[in-house]
Amino acid sequence: MSRQSVIQILLIAAVLAIAWRLLIGSGQRTQALRRLGLLFLLGIVIYSIIDPSKTWTNLAKALGIGRGADLILYGLVVAFLGFVVTTYKRFRDMETRYTRLARRIALDEAPSAAEHVSSTGSAVTLSGEVPPSPSVKAADAD
Amino acid sequence: MQNEDVWLVVPLYDEAAVIADVVREARAVFPNIVCVDDGSHDASAERAEQAGAAVVRHPVNLGQGAALQTGFDYALGDPAMRYVVTYDADGQHQIHDVEVMVERIRRGDVRVVFGSRFLDERTEASASKRLVLRAAVAYTNLTTGTRLTDAHNGLRVLHRDVVRRLDITQNRMAHASEIVAQIGSMRFDGAKVTYAEEPVHILYTDYSKAKGQSLWNAVNILAELIWR
Repeated sequence: MSRQSVIQILLIAAVLAIAWRLLIGSGQRTQALRRLGLLFLLGIVIYSIIDPSKTWTNLAKALGIGRGADLILYGLVVAFLGFVVTTYKRFRDMETRYTRLARRIALDEAPSAAEHVSSTGSAVTLSGEVPPSPSVKAADAD
Repeated sequence: MQNEDVWLVVPLYDEAAVIADVVREARAVFPNIVCVDDGSHDASAERAEQAGAAVVRHPVNLGQGAALQTGFDYALGDPAMRYVVTYDADGQHQIHDVEVMVERIRRGDVRVVFGSRFLDERTEASASKRLVLRAAVAYTNLTTGTRLTDAHNGLRVLHRDVVRRLDITQNRMAHASEIVAQIGSMRFDGAKVTYAEEPVHILYTDYSKAKGQSLWNAVNILAELIWR
C-alpha cells in the first residue's frame, strides 16, 4: 500500500465517522471521545511548539503526505465538517424544545377545544355570516 | 348537526385575503375548525376568528408542521372528537372532497384516509410539479413501506387513535413525509394502520400558485428528510 493511500483511508474513515455520528452517535461516549481527542491534539500542539522543527512534517511523512502544513489543512477540513454536523444536531434539538415551549404557550392562551365547542354549540348558521352567539347550548347530539 | 365529532385543523400563515371565506364555507359542513396561526403578519387570525373558527396563536413562526401538531394537540382536548381533518388555508381544497373522505373513514375499516391528486384527472398540475410530487411519493413509499400515489397532499382524515400517537418534529416542509412515515410504523395490537386514498381535486388558483412550492423546495424537503 502506498503512503498516499494511508491518508486517503484515514480521511475517508474520518468523514464516514462524522456521517455516522450525524445519523446515530450521541450521548456520553461521543462527548468523552471528543474531549479525549481534543486533549490529544493539545498535547501534539504543545509538543510542536517546544520542538517546531520537524514534528508536523514527520507526522505528515509517516502518513504519506508531503508537508506538515498539508496535514494540518486536512485535519482542519475534517474538524470543520465535524463541527458543522454537531452544530446542526444541536440546533435541531434546540428547535424541537423551542417548538414544544411555544406550542404550550399557544395552547394555554387559547380557550380549550371543549370550551370552543360549548360556546359555539351545534347551531351553526348555514350561511355562516356571523359566529353564533355564545348562548347556544352545547350538548346536542344528532 | 352532523360532523360534530370532526375537527378541521388548518395551519394559517398570512392568508388574510382568503381565510374568512375558506372557514365560512367549511363551517357550513364541519362546525369545528381550529386555525393555528403561525405568527402571521396580517389579520389572518382575526379574520378566522370572526368567521367562527377557534384560533390558536403561535407566539412566533414555527412552520407548517409545527402548526399541524399544535392543531392536533388542540383537537385532542375535545373528548367528543373522533376524526381530525388536515386542511389548507389557501382555498385549494374542496370541502366536498372532505365530506367524501369523512364518509369513507366512518365506514370503520380504515383509520386514515389520504387525499390524492393522482387518482383522477381533475387536478391540473404543471409537468414540473408532477415530476416533483412523483419523486417525493416514490421516496416516501420506498422509505416508509406504504403504497401511496400522493404523499404531499395537505388533505388527510385521521382517526383519533392515530392523532394521539402522531408526533411531528419536522417543523418545515418535510412534515408530510414524516406523517406518512409515522403512520407507516404505527401498530395497533401488532397490526399496521389501515389506510385508504380518495381522489381529491386541488384547485391551483393564481393565488395559491403564487404561494406554492417551487421545484427548489423538493431539494429542501429531501435534505430535511435525510439529515434529520
